[in-house]
Amino acid sequence: MSDAGKSLALHLGLLALLFALQFVLPAYHHGNLSRIMVLATYAIGYNLLFGYTGLLSLGHAMFFAAGMYGMGLTIRHLGLSPGPALLIGVLSGLALSAAVGALALRTAGVAFMIVTLMFAQAGYLIILYFGDWTRGDEGFVIQQAQRVLWGIDLSQPTARYFAAWTLFATCLILSLRLIRHPFGKTLIAIRENEDRARMLGYDTFRHKLGAVVLSGTISAAAGAAYGLLFGYAGASFATVQYSILPLLWVLLGGAGTLIGPFLGTLFTFYLIDIASGLTTAYMLVVGVVLVLITLFARQGIGGEIRARVWAWLP
Amino acid sequence: MTLLSTRRLSKDFGGLHAVRGVDFDLPEGQIRALIGPNGAGKTTFVGLVCGRIAPTSGSVRFAGDDISRLPAHRRIRLGIAYTFQITSVFARLTCGENVALAVRRRGGDPDREVPAALDRVALAAHRHRLAGDLSYGHQRLLEIAMGLAQSPRLLILDEPTQGLSDSEIEAFKSLIRELGGQTTILLIEHNMSVVMETADIVTVLNFGEVLAEGPPEAIRADRAVQAAYLGTG
Ligand SMILES: Nc1ncnc2c1ncn2[C@@H]1O[C@H](COP(=O)(O)OP(=O)(O)OP(=O)(O)O)[C@@H](O)[C@H]1O
Ligand SMILES: [Mg+2]
Repeated sequence: MSDAGKSLALHLGLLALLFALQFVLPAYHHGNLSRIMVLATYAIGYNLLFGYTGLLSLGHAMFFAAGMYGMGLTIRHLGLSPGPALLIGVLSGLALSAAVGALALRTAGVAFMIVTLMFAQAGYLIILYFGDWTRGDEGFVIQQAQRVLWGIDLSQPTARYFAAWTLFATCLILSLRLIRHPFGKTLIAIRENEDRARMLGYDTFRHKLGAVVLSGTISAAAGAAYGLLFGYAGASFATVQYSILPLLWVLLGGAGTLIGPFLGTLFTFYLIDIASGLTTAYMLVVGVVLVLITLFARQGIGGEIRARVWAWLP
Repeated sequence: MTLLSTRRLSKDFGGLHAVRGVDFDLPEGQIRALIGPNGAGKTTFVGLVCGRIAPTSGSVRFAGDDISRLPAHRRIRLGIAYTFQITSVFARLTCGENVALAVRRRGGDPDREVPAALDRVALAAHRHRLAGDLSYGHQRLLEIAMGLAQSPRLLILDEPTQGLSDSEIEAFKSLIRELGGQTTILLIEHNMSVVMETADIVTVLNFGEVLAEGPPEAIRADRAVQAAYLGTG
């Protein structure tokens, strides 16, 4: 089998496995996996920018929150149905990432990290400032009756699992196609050596902007879906913690691998789940594991798999 | 026809005049060598031409148009290919992908053109190896292949033979002679045998200024040039 064939088989196999698992998993893990698939979609978005383009953002929570509030506020205040509300959530992320990208990409390296962090902080404060509409930290619940999409009640576990799976599958396959496309290959070239890419005649600014917009839009889609599927929108999703989490998931799972975001999210989710059952200092456990991984598996789980077993892993 | 020309082109780094008021004309199809002692401003000059470095003053024209205000990638798109003095390949990508990036940018067909470009520098066998795993000399050759793969109108090579073996230098000379006539070449070179055997015209830069210009034999006999190289000028 060709390398492209193997990678297609692997990723479709993962999707088939996730699809089948819903029939056998006990309720608790079934619910967890729905959540993990949505968060892994967020990580996929983050990985496009960090793992494939080499741009480290510390502000992705603003895109996740843009999706979540774009969806949630239009349902809450305009009485929109979930379909159009989701679309508005995604478009909010697209518009915000285009604007933030156009400004933040004037910087590079550490300055880019700080500028994105600042934008995200401003986004968080804006949510608090308009507390009358957003209900600030407390957030608001999206009622079950408002979560019926095309006759499907997304508050039901089975429908929710299927919706999460559909989102995850779409974004995984999209990114698989992207990195085989000349545009994606150029992003990788920019990550490897931006000066060289420019001196081959590539407009690196436009490519990076395209990467920010794709990444921000996928993150927003994840945020919108998260709010809708789990029925809640709150300012905590716009905090710096939610900007750090996708970085953590991608680092653990393997930056610049397609499967990494999912592996990292799954691993971290259950790590926190298990550790918090044992101790209240569970973030300490997570921190220690992160240190161990950066010491002994620098390229994350997916990166180590690629380095040791499957060199063809995209 | 003049393909490239610069007028009063200058670049200061702080108080240092790296390039000073250079008027330079390169006719289409010519192989031009640019020589000069270390620090003469050769790399800075070609950096100004292709837009990597912003000039302090002066203008650059290419194929009849003023390109002084264009960003680097737009100049490259007009048909200027640039190879770096300090090897700059995509180390973690394969040789084939390095060249494919050059081919794809101008809408070429990588399947057909990548093997051909690698073959011209005798790297065809290394297509699937990571560029960073090649020897230094082979990385230089890969840079040249990336330049060729762009099918440029003007090929700028900054000390391409540095780190090549004698036999690779011979192969390089014949490659340049073969390209002569189709492609205009601006070659920065320290190796005098390469300059003497390939260049139509030689320009000598010293302290950022054009010291002399002429056919290779005349340049070799020029006293001012000898003085500059011996450090007594
Ligand atoms: N970015 C920079 N900042 C400050 N000074 C610079 C910079 N780049 C070059 N210079 C200085 O400008 C002068 C010209 O440098 P340049 O690299 O153009 O010389 P060169 O002729 O290419 O030399 P070599 O043969 O060693 O490659 C040198 O004195 C160098 O130190
Ligand atoms: Mg130089």
